Amino acid sequence: MFPYIIRRILYAIPILVGVNLITFTLFFVLNSPDNMARMQLGMKHVTPEAIAAWKHERGYDKPLLYNSEAPGPEKVTDTIFYKKSLALFAFQFGAADDGRDIRYDIRQRMWPSLAIAVPVFFIGILVNITFALLMAFFRATYIDLWGVVLCVILMSISGLFYIIGGQYLIGKFLQLVPISGYQGGVDAFKFVVLPVLIGIAQGIGSGTRWYRTIFLEEMGKDYVRTARAKGLAEPLVLFKHVLKNAMIPILTGAVVVLPLLFMGSLISESFFGIPGLGSYTIDAINSQDFAKVRAMVFLGSVLYIVGLVLTDISYTLVDPRIRLG
Amino acid sequence: MPFKLVILWTDALIYLLVAVIIAFILYARGKEPLRAPWRQVARSRMAMASLAVLFVYVAIGLLDSFHFRPVVQGAAKGGEVHYSPEVLSTLDVLVAPLRERVEKSYSEPFATHLYSKETLEADGKAVRDYPRLEFGGAHLKNPEQDRWSDIMTTTGVAVIQGVGLWLVLAGTVAGVLARHHRCAMVQIIRDMIAGRTALPWHVILATVGFLILLAALATDLGLKYHVFGTDKVGQDVLYQSLKSIRTGLVIGTLTTLVMLPFAVLLGIMAGYFRGWVDDVIQYVYTTLNSIPGVLLIAAAILTLQVYMQTHPEMFDTIAHRADMRLLFLCVILGITSWTGLCRLLRGETLKLSEIDYIQAASAFGVGHFRIIARHILPNVMHIVLISVVLDFSGLVLAEAVLSYVGVGVDPTMNSWGNMINAARLEMAREPIVWWSLSAAFVLMFVLVLAANLFSDAVRDAFDPRLRKQ
Repeated sequence: MFPYIIRRILYAIPILVGVNLITFTLFFVLNSPDNMARMQLGMKHVTPEAIAAWKHERGYDKPLLYNSEAPGPEKVTDTIFYKKSLALFAFQFGAADDGRDIRYDIRQRMWPSLAIAVPVFFIGILVNITFALLMAFFRATYIDLWGVVLCVILMSISGLFYIIGGQYLIGKFLQLVPISGYQGGVDAFKFVVLPVLIGIAQGIGSGTRWYRTIFLEEMGKDYVRTARAKGLAEPLVLFKHVLKNAMIPILTGAVVVLPLLFMGSLISESFFGIPGLGSYTIDAINSQDFAKVRAMVFLGSVLYIVGLVLTDISYTLVDPRIRLG
Repeated sequence: MPFKLVILWTDALIYLLVAVIIAFILYARGKEPLRAPWRQVARSRMAMASLAVLFVYVAIGLLDSFHFRPVVQGAAKGGEVHYSPEVLSTLDVLVAPLRERVEKSYSEPFATHLYSKETLEADGKAVRDYPRLEFGGAHLKNPEQDRWSDIMTTTGVAVIQGVGLWLVLAGTVAGVLARHHRCAMVQIIRDMIAGRTALPWHVILATVGFLILLAALATDLGLKYHVFGTDKVGQDVLYQSLKSIRTGLVIGTLTTLVMLPFAVLLGIMAGYFRGWVDDVIQYVYTTLNSIPGVLLIAAAILTLQVYMQTHPEMFDTIAHRADMRLLFLCVILGITSWTGLCRLLRGETLKLSEIDYIQAASAFGVGHFRIIARHILPNVMHIVLISVVLDFSGLVLAEAVLSYVGVGVDPTMNSWGNMINAARLEMAREPIVWWSLSAAFVLMFVLVLAANLFSDAVRDAFDPRLRKQ
């Protein structure tokens, strides 16, 4: 087990290097720092001195890969690639283009993100499994048929509509909770409720359908037939045998996204004005702050890979048939 | 010539896509194994109703894909012809009344007055009141009294026209079917109503009838009023929503077209050759997959934006620039979305290449290329088809979200995402400006729902695992 985990983590390194190279190419090779400076300072009427000053301030005035003027090992280290791209591996995000410390911002903003993403994730899974079990229990009846139709309808509604509709109905029309904003501590509850509810509602369509497929697939297997043949009641078959075995695909599907919860939800955070990592990313995109976008891309990739490793480990934990050597 | 033909990049790819589909239909016509699943799709009532809806969308999208630049009137001095900087499409010409009747600002659906008060000149005095619209309900002398009765009359006329048109169409279908089966028309009609025909004609005709009715209403009422209201700069929202159809369809289809060759080729190669080829391909898609999709798209679009702003000379018209961005968005969406299909194909090919007939083929010394083309590709096509139709609706929905984030299609382009994005800023107004938002949502919802239902039927018909049950 332990050597396997070590090996998986070692496998992750080349992938992260690849991610790093892609972001480096996108941000520095295809798109020169000069252009970035010009974008930030206004497109026209920018003096070359202003561009040079902007670049110097943020450390973009170095050569890309090889600095022939620097002494000794600094030939390689005093470059944009080393300072801006490789530094990400040590989680040295540095300062954003607007001068703020990215690491500090991330640490501040992760809590509001988690406050929304974690409840959405766990309550969402519970709700979806409940509905899916109900539909599997009443399979091939009108409840099941219309349930599936309802799921498809829910899936076909744009996520933006859930947010705008929910905001209008609950926030503005019924005036139960504030439309947007955030506060720390106990007060956070009233700001978090609506985004959580909407997040759950958004996922019901596709989630329920997906779990229903898993349950139905599981119910076609031999052990279920055996259980029925020995005279077990249908609810017992469903809740005791099917649910337990279906947990394997459900759990492993859920573990992949678990670390990514940290990144928050881009859309709903910015709609609800929640100062989390999702709205941080959106703001960075809108203000074209490449340093922040670069940091978030790298962070997201790391978390995804952590998710993959966790998935493999969770396989061995829930399914004793799988042994990792 | 009174106009200059403009073929945008996405237009060319749409023509290519249509050609591919036609070629596939011609190819599949004589092959029973290919026809059988489609026949199952054709028997499904839900699928055929969705298909009728999809056809309307596709027709509008195709009409919107023939572009040209008209000659500027009166500017042709000394034999030199100037073309307008504005690129128009055949759809623009067809719905010219909608496009040209631009009001000053917001107005509600079926309104005769603007949405907000303005200072007007009345009898020499300045009065604050709602000004009349220039076009919406302009034929009414006394809008407060006559408006509703006029709307009702127009609706009545439209319904009669629609029903008449539908009867003609249904009669034609029945006539053709009667000739084909060599039986009496009455018999066919009776069969159709009871749903005993091979194709579910009663459902198809009901859907088509409903669509014809909507079209008749939109035409008759649309000529007199702004059916969906007008937006901030006074443009007809119905016109915008119609123009947005092409954007949605382009993103849903061209993305797949762009990514398909890579996904199929790499997936099959990884599964077939194994060894280091497999390792490299797996590495590439794991790396791409591990970058959060939205962020990769955002990073790429930001880069493109910088590039476009520093090279404005590359694009003749705004439409060219918007089109380039749309195409680039498709490409980048393709790059983020091909990995799923690639992984599926790899797995399936791994399984297939163990099966006896492929072992036999390679024992006979058949070349790799031939084995892949003749034996593996046809046997994984169902996976390709299923994932293509399943991806479509997700991509249409993704466009709206990306436009909201600010990395979607060009802001000058008509798209549902841009409509929602513009309307969102007006949510705080009282009374609320709801029409733009609703129009975009409804049109998007209908398209995505139809696509979802249709793709379910296609999956049920083509997935061998589901077919057995």
